[in-house]
Amino acid sequence: MTLHPAAERDAQSLTEGGPSGEAGYGRVRPAGVDTSHGAILYLEDITVSFDGFKALNNLSLDIGVGELRCVIGPNGAGKTTMMDVITGKTRPTGGTVFFGQNIDLTTLNEAQIADAGIGRKFQRPTVFENHTVFENLELAMKMNKGVRSTLFARLSSEQQDRISDTLALIRLTPEIWRLAGLLSHGQKQWLEIGMLLMQEPQLLLLDEPVAGMTDAETERTGELLNELRGKHSLMVVEHDMDFVTQIAGPGKVTVLHEGSVLAEGTMAHVQADPRVIEVYLGR
Amino acid sequence: MNQAATLAAPPSLHPALMTRRSLFSPQAWLGLLVAVAFLAVLPMANLVFAPDHPLHISSYAVALLGKFMCYALAALALDLVWGYAGILSLGHGLFFALGGYAHGMYLMRSIGRDGVYQSDLPDFMVFLNWKTYPWYWWGTEHFAYAWFLVLFVPGLLAFLFGYFAFRSRIKGVYFSIITQALTYAAMLLFFRNDTGFGGNNGFTDFKRILGFDITAASTRAGLYWITLAVLFGALILARVITQSKLGRVLTAVRDSESRLRFIGYDPLGFKLFVWTLSAVLCGIAGALYVPQVGIINPGEMSTENSIEMVIWVATGGRGTLIGPIIGAGAVNGLKTWFTSVLPEYWLYCLGLIFVLVTLFLPQGIVGLVRRIMRHREERRV
Repeated sequence: MTLHPAAERDAQSLTEGGPSGEAGYGRVRPAGVDTSHGAILYLEDITVSFDGFKALNNLSLDIGVGELRCVIGPNGAGKTTMMDVITGKTRPTGGTVFFGQNIDLTTLNEAQIADAGIGRKFQRPTVFENHTVFENLELAMKMNKGVRSTLFARLSSEQQDRISDTLALIRLTPEIWRLAGLLSHGQKQWLEIGMLLMQEPQLLLLDEPVAGMTDAETERTGELLNELRGKHSLMVVEHDMDFVTQIAGPGKVTVLHEGSVLAEGTMAHVQADPRVIEVYLGR
Repeated sequence: MNQAATLAAPPSLHPALMTRRSLFSPQAWLGLLVAVAFLAVLPMANLVFAPDHPLHISSYAVALLGKFMCYALAALALDLVWGYAGILSLGHGLFFALGGYAHGMYLMRSIGRDGVYQSDLPDFMVFLNWKTYPWYWWGTEHFAYAWFLVLFVPGLLAFLFGYFAFRSRIKGVYFSIITQALTYAAMLLFFRNDTGFGGNNGFTDFKRILGFDITAASTRAGLYWITLAVLFGALILARVITQSKLGRVLTAVRDSESRLRFIGYDPLGFKLFVWTLSAVLCGIAGALYVPQVGIINPGEMSTENSIEMVIWVATGGRGTLIGPIIGAGAVNGLKTWFTSVLPEYWLYCLGLIFVLVTLFLPQGIVGLVRRIMRHREERRV
């Protein structure tokens, strides 16, 4: 598998190079994710059946380090179920899910998967509405999330800087002390993305990040995702074809249909595929 | 563009953080200390002034207030789990009673031979033909060990029950119903004569505590002051916890537990922590209640008692800490008055309070006060 130059650089930074700062291929933190083969996520032969109905049917997919992958597909294609499987909400009936080479996601619960470095944005924005914007980001911040360390947690100035950087990135600095429940729909979506970034995940899963956004907000979200490209691996599930075209660029697009991969390739390639046109674009 | 935005990040972020993290505002501290000082002085009016003096306060009133403070402590404990973590318990009466029973047994055993049957064994054991103490009452003649049980038994039960319930992700009304069923089962167990808890009479006729005459005005005042101090300490502790990051995680559990999981927190530990702490505080409340009221019986585990606690919290203001304390005082004050005037209608009145609070005061008394203050401020502006 070939990688973008940016992705390759990132693959190195994700592994620890030791104090000398050498590139760390093959010398991975024992507890961290091993991405030495260039892929951050492998789904192999995933099947999920609900009372005989196969929401996912032998789905196989892998995502490269630093890649921004768009996943499209008609309603009921299994996009959200796939995210549920990756994040531990749903256990697959069959198949394997690996994060890097070494972390078997089917053995972990939601919190452990999040801790391992996978962040998820839901279709409907879910932020903590009774907490301020600041507190939402503070809660999400990567750190020991055990009971005792949470009770005695104090923000270091470094951590405060990280929060203020993220606020600037998601353009919510003026809203810092506002209750998240009072934000507009688009702002909530950004806050949720900001929360994901505070987790410093290696892989971000975004379920319809522009659903319900105005055109201006959609465009801004596209810019935001493009800024993240290369720093994180991203998987974006989306309905909005214009938006997919905006962010996919030369990257790969995967089309799901009835729980399996129907086609994979660049946006232009996929759009030209007659089967894709039939099941999805043609409707 | 992003770079420009990053550079424009406000330098004022850090000072703003500093001012937000104090325990109480200066006004709140002042109000709190005045209230504590006022409550602390009341028993003096009982001890110092003669009964015919206009400033005299009856022993009955002191005991009543002491009882209310125990209720307030239980309400505070319930608010920690319900108001903050969103776990509605309809079984806090159980933890209250367990603390009460553990302390009550010490009080029974310190009666010595002054009981009705003038035996070394407590009256109920003679009456029910028990010859020796069952294993779970071993060592309860020691005050310190009895207090260990006061903390340990409700805590252990809550921990075990909570662990299995939270691990199975039992939530909402299902959890509430199970807590109520558990409490009811415990009540039936305690009602039985053969389980060693004194049957339906429970423990009563206490004579002394740590050698002090339990009916003496000075002992009563002492118990009152201890209760006040414990209540104040529990309020500070609860405030420290709810103001910490852990407190914010708890409210996140309440508002969106699944989101919390997906950002890497396992809610189990957090729920278990606050649930167990709440049970322990409630046990302490029960233990302080028993010597002041002079009796503990299985009636404390009745469904109504646990539900009444919920009403205290709701009336005062869920999720506000000071609210449940006010609510426990207000509802019980009303109850005292009502049961002396129209005793048969009290339950209707209680139901009415709950309906009215739910409909018109979702934030309870504290919410109402806040609303009035905000309204005033707006008018001034």
